[in-house]
Amino acid sequence: MNYKMIFNTLGKVLKIESMLLVLPIIASLCYQEWNICLFIGLSAIISLILGFLLTLTIKPKTTTIYAKEGFITVAFSWIAVSIISALPFTLSGEIPSFIDALFETVSGFTTTGATILTHPENLSRGLLFLRSFNHFIGGMGILVFVMAIIPQSNDKTIHVLRAEMPGPVVDKIVPRSKNTAKILYIIYIGMTALLTILLLCGGMNLFDSITHAFATAGTGGFSNYSTSIANESAYIQWVIAIFMFLYGVNFNIYFLILIGKFKNAIKSKELLTYFLITIVSIIIIALNIYPLFNNLHDTIRHSAFQVSSIISTTGFTTQNINEWNSFAKFTLLILMFIGGCASSTAGGLKVFRVSILFKRISYELKRLIHPNTVEVMTFDGKKIDEQTVNGVTSYFALYIAFILLATLLLSVDGLSIETNITSAISCFNNIGPAFGSSATDYTCYSGFSKIILTFAMLFGRLEIYPLLLALSPYTWLKK
Amino acid sequence: MNIIIAGAGKIGIALLDRLIKEQHNITVIDLNEDTVNAINNSYDVISIKGNSTSFETLSSVNMDKVDVFIATTNLDEVNLLSCFMAQTLGAKHTVARVRDEEHNINNFEVLRNKLGISMIINPELYTAKYLYNLIKLPSAMKVETFSSRSFEMVELLIKEDSPIINVPLFELRKKFPYNFLICTVLRNGEVVIPDGYFVLEPGDKIGLLSPFSEMLKILKALGFEQKAIKDVLIVGASKIAVYLSQLLQNDKQSVTIIEKDEKRAKEVSGMLYGSADVIFGNGTGQDLLLEHDVKGVDAFLTLTGKDEENILTSVYAKKHNAGKIITKVNKEELAKIAESLGLDCVFAPKNVVANIIVSYVRALQGSVESKIETLYSIMNGKAEALEFAINDNFKESNVPIKDLKIAKDMIIGGIIRNNKCIIPHGNDVILANDKIIVITKGQKINDLSDFIDLK
Repeated sequence: MNYKMIFNTLGKVLKIESMLLVLPIIASLCYQEWNICLFIGLSAIISLILGFLLTLTIKPKTTTIYAKEGFITVAFSWIAVSIISALPFTLSGEIPSFIDALFETVSGFTTTGATILTHPENLSRGLLFLRSFNHFIGGMGILVFVMAIIPQSNDKTIHVLRAEMPGPVVDKIVPRSKNTAKILYIIYIGMTALLTILLLCGGMNLFDSITHAFATAGTGGFSNYSTSIANESAYIQWVIAIFMFLYGVNFNIYFLILIGKFKNAIKSKELLTYFLITIVSIIIIALNIYPLFNNLHDTIRHSAFQVSSIISTTGFTTQNINEWNSFAKFTLLILMFIGGCASSTAGGLKVFRVSILFKRISYELKRLIHPNTVEVMTFDGKKIDEQTVNGVTSYFALYIAFILLATLLLSVDGLSIETNITSAISCFNNIGPAFGSSATDYTCYSGFSKIILTFAMLFGRLEIYPLLLALSPYTWLKK
Repeated sequence: MNIIIAGAGKIGIALLDRLIKEQHNITVIDLNEDTVNAINNSYDVISIKGNSTSFETLSSVNMDKVDVFIATTNLDEVNLLSCFMAQTLGAKHTVARVRDEEHNINNFEVLRNKLGISMIINPELYTAKYLYNLIKLPSAMKVETFSSRSFEMVELLIKEDSPIINVPLFELRKKFPYNFLICTVLRNGEVVIPDGYFVLEPGDKIGLLSPFSEMLKILKALGFEQKAIKDVLIVGASKIAVYLSQLLQNDKQSVTIIEKDEKRAKEVSGMLYGSADVIFGNGTGQDLLLEHDVKGVDAFLTLTGKDEENILTSVYAKKHNAGKIITKVNKEELAKIAESLGLDCVFAPKNVVANIIVSYVRALQGSVESKIETLYSIMNGKAEALEFAINDNFKESNVPIKDLKIAKDMIIGGIIRNNKCIIPHGNDVILANDKIIVITKGQKINDLSDFIDLK
């Protein structure tokens, strides 16, 4: 294992993180929150010093890395960056418990949007900005960002990209990883700028527009208000609903549109499936919640907003969904599992994996009828190799096992099964709100459970393997 | 630049290895799914499974943005057809590998003009020419020739009894008043570009540049044993062997080829009328080798398709023969082992061809002031020798070389002016329409401005 390269890259990530913290510093300066500015600045300096220590003292002999180094680099980077970013919350005393602060930060980076704050309004502006900004960075991935901007010296960075990007297969859009990362970020930043402008047009103030755009872009879901998006105008709710859906789309499709291959883009099976699931769910839920509103436009708006928010794993709310009937709630719960498309900023299992799982099941059924049948799985007209299919099925098994384990550990706190199981699902799929006691915030849980949920969020965002490898003794003991 | 490599065989991968280091955007097309996956895992490129002649595969890449399309599959027809299609779809330059013995140089011209292919290269023919040059200078481990046989660069191993050790290079120049330059030294795996005070030691591998016409004389004077080669024994009747024999026959040298496949042996014998003997038999058999005078021949080459056989046979020959032993080894790792076994002339055809294509690609990036004519990777790939043609636009003409700001670890080794070869001194100048030979350690250069600060 090339330990030196792992720590060297980690050093680079910490340096970049310290640069990124400049933005929240500027935000806190704008609102004259001097002490917040100081604490974020302090964290940035710590990050910078650690970064320099790592890059200057550890000089890798060879830059060659393989898949395992990629996984471990990603896991370490995410943990390190979360700890650095959690510091200002605790130092400033606004979230006194470090476990709470870490929960809040990890929830930010993993774009979960689960909060331990009952009233986020009370937080200072600088920290509110930092919280949403973490969504933005975590959405596309911090290592993808690092890769896009640092001069690249080796050609094995694909392993890092692969470990951080969600989805079973990573399709590069241009031959070099660095350029792929750059293009992804350009599309991402462009869409976020557009969203900010649209929110400003709807009368939202600049601070709220930017932070909500960040939270939507990363499909995160932190709002500056305890009521989330409920008090905003219908226009703003529609804009956010549409953009949440858009951020759940595979970014390669936007690239295809950008280079003028519009026809190829809209032919994507994954996009079509994602779209159909969304539409069908909106209709089902609208039928169920119509009695609550007795008004067609409100019903459709709330239904569309909530479906878009859950399937894209954002987690904004316009309604207290706890009050909806079980059928509507369970439909949302299924959407939590599905999530967005592969290579988007959304979490969940991903539409691509779900499609493969269902195809696999239909093949198995066919095999029962014609035992000697030979079939090759295809998706979007391309052959899916057996390794990918097996990878998807074993990922699914692992995924269920982790959710069950998390639920079991959460049960120690004695809350209802509904609360525990939906909290585990919600955190693991990076959504945010759950049902029952944790419908708006996670203050109901003990410190131990918050640590469990923090890990659940990280495991979910990084799709299990990176963190599992980093924590497995097998990785470290084997020479 | 955007480059497509169709066919990830030996040459395809060797090219990929070289081109990826030069920061190009590369897409690889291959039919084999496992190869495609392996490439995706180990190189920063996009690799697609597909047939490079199919319209569907080719149009899935943005062909009008492609600068160079290189077809290196193992089928000539596929290479020609896919180059033709790529060019039709908008690729700017196309390179095809064509290696059938029946396609000769005249055919190439027709194919190039009719199909619009920019470059057709026959790897075996190039390799044969390379070997031919190598055989001509028995003491050299490697010989590279610059344009129109002006300069030659040879790699030599310094022996214990060499007259050029333990003397600083500037004194060496006084002692041997010939036209030569020692431009690189490989010692303990590190390449040095030596200055006047550098002292050579036994075991060093040096790169020596001199005009082609004086090379033999210089090598003799510097104490490198030179014996004209008359008898050549080749094991393995590969395509390279056939081309090489044809070249050697023109010089009236006696060639013997041992081939273990009877059908191939007969076929080759039909192609080589004249003084070449083709023997049907197993080249690894020691009796057979002794029977054909492995002890007495001046040069012994192993050119079979199996690296291991080549190495073992060469090691056996080395024991009995002090002459030139040349071994073909394709696998990089085995080449290192072969060298550690004392085989000093180990070559891989894929690298010979990669040199040519890489220099072609680099020349496309050149500027208005200069153009790369030839490029060689020397000193086990740790340094490069490049030949530049200087255009009329060159602004620093008439400035003495000592006043030019030349980048670190680079030297101007030679100037070719009106077919005259000059080993430059500090007061020499570079003029428009000269060709210059630049030796660089490590850095990649495309253009004159990469090594001279042109203000």
